[in-house]
Amino acid sequence: MKINGVQKEYPEYLSVSELLLLEGFQKGRVAVELNEEIVAKDTYDEVMVKDSDVVEIVSFMGGGSR
Amino acid sequence: MKQDTFSLGGKKFHSRFILGSGKYNVELIQAAVEHAGAEMITLAVRRANSDGEGNIMDFIPKGVTLLPNTSGARNAQEAVRIARLSRELGCGNFVKVEIMRDSKYLLPDNQETVKATELLAKEGFAVLPYMYPDLNIARDLVHAGACAVMPLAAPIGSNKGLATKEFIKILIDEIDLPIIVDAGIGRPSQACEVMELGAAAVMANTAIATAGNIPQMASAFRKAIEAGREAYLSGLGRVRETGGEASSPLTGFLRD
Repeated sequence: MKINGVQKEYPEYLSVSELLLLEGFQKGRVAVELNEEIVAKDTYDEVMVKDSDVVEIVSFMGGGSR
Repeated sequence: MKQDTFSLGGKKFHSRFILGSGKYNVELIQAAVEHAGAEMITLAVRRANSDGEGNIMDFIPKGVTLLPNTSGARNAQEAVRIARLSRELGCGNFVKVEIMRDSKYLLPDNQETVKATELLAKEGFAVLPYMYPDLNIARDLVHAGACAVMPLAAPIGSNKGLATKEFIKILIDEIDLPIIVDAGIGRPSQACEVMELGAAAVMANTAIATAGNIPQMASAFRKAIEAGREAYLSGLGRVRETGGEASSPLTGFLRD
């Protein structure tokens, strides 16, 4: 699957929660998009990701503009 | 004296200094916010990295309202996508719409900004659009449901000062929403001037982040903004176009 623009191999079906854990992210600090749809935080345990998915994981960064 | 506050998205603010959080070492952000007396700080939304670098959220003092921006968006659709993600990050419903197509001057795309403002306001966001100061567009933003208008003083990050003064003044006079001057303000004196004109607030980032001493410059801006505001509230003294006028009595001189 593609995570933040990088192709990654994960062996089996994973929940969003498991994926975040494997990728080293804290649930409370990120927002997740699965194939351009936002995944609600309270569904991270149930929503599964598969090999053909495109996942975006975002967080806040310092920024004024641009 | 009555407390001098202003409201955005139903929230009351005492500080009229909105601080940007870009270009800093994260560890300096807390000191900058404290010295600035800022109650609102802007943030960007980007792809997360898990390389262990300090998360900015650990360095923003409690009680400060976050104003996520849509920087990186090139059209209304991208801005809406970023805004929705920012809301999902769970820090409120404020968003600063910022849409740029031009990568040299980084000027905002006013038309796309109006579109994004309308879509996001309908979704319940408190929208603060960053714009090129144009009265007609500002009126469109009011109708689109913006909660403030953020005209630029000069290109972002330029520290060039109040290049659009006359047009910002028109917005202040004609638009019935807080006018928050954003981008290009490089010195405390310029921030002060903006406030003297009657702006509701000033936003600055590069001026602080590129200063020699960041906390000290944040403090200098705070004082300048407060001084400008006070001057505006008190009403500036009149300008005499020609000649002088004595302030001292014109009688009782020690002569004759």
